[in-house]
Amino acid sequence: MNGWDELDRFLRTDPRDVGCDKAMELLHVYVELVTRHPDAARERYPGIAVHLRACGPCNDDFEGLLAAVSDSI
Amino acid sequence: MAADPGLGENQATSTLASVDAESAEWLRTLGGAGAEREAAVERLHAVLLRVAGNEVHRRAPRLRLSGPELDDVAHQAAADALLAVTAKLGQFRGESRFTTWVYKFAVLEVSAKLGRHFWRDPGVPLEGEDWERLPGRFGFDPAERLEWRDLAAALRRAVDEELTERQRQIFVAIVLKGVPPDALAVELGTNRNAVYKTMFDARRKLRAALVAGGYLDIGIRGRS
Repeated sequence: MNGWDELDRFLRTDPRDVGCDKAMELLHVYVELVTRHPDAARERYPGIAVHLRACGPCNDDFEGLLAAVSDSI
Repeated sequence: MAADPGLGENQATSTLASVDAESAEWLRTLGGAGAEREAAVERLHAVLLRVAGNEVHRRAPRLRLSGPELDDVAHQAAADALLAVTAKLGQFRGESRFTTWVYKFAVLEVSAKLGRHFWRDPGVPLEGEDWERLPGRFGFDPAERLEWRDLAAALRRAVDEELTERQRQIFVAIVLKGVPPDALAVELGTNRNAVYKTMFDARRKLRAALVAGGYLDIGIRGRS
């Protein structure tokens, strides 16, 4: 990926993006679905999937919760 | 920004009758009284401390914190998560395992505490606007940097002319100074969602300006 692609990726917004509050509200449900059926999670909650790709802090929380759940399985 | 169709559906259809046996046992003991409840609270605290500790150490390579400080953050996060979980027990809707719901409190407490911790030792200059950071920020290689100058000038013009003062303030802090969004939210007395929403609108405006000026699309077509 070159600089133009990276800048474009950073500036590009998706109207399906649900924002931080809604993504965090259902993060536990989303994470459990991701552990079982990743594709189904993205299909059922496209706005959360889109948000996590765009929001570094929320994606970090997602990764942390996914690691915690994976450790306990 | 939008709302997922799955959001409302999930909340409306979930019932506590569907929880698994382990979750039901957590709810029964934590909702009880006496020695049994005290033992459950103690077990819950141990779970939260383990998750918070793992989470702090997962994030540690990116932090300027030492071992004892990391442990302190984990203990504070676990204690606050315990208070939150016990206070919100009635809000658990059985949409996930109880432990997954509980883990979220620990992870989010760690996240919030590390955001506040940033300002104890920011490690970035908070004055001025370092536009020279941008090529590195977006991974422009030296061969692209001559062309980058025109794009950078257009971007800077769009930041000055298209953004509101608040959008400009948040864009500069996050993109030019590298302030983490959670730390910025603390500094501005707001929350992550509000910072994200402001950046979302700023990104949309800036991209529209660069596309209208022929900078962004031409760049992508020529280099992809």
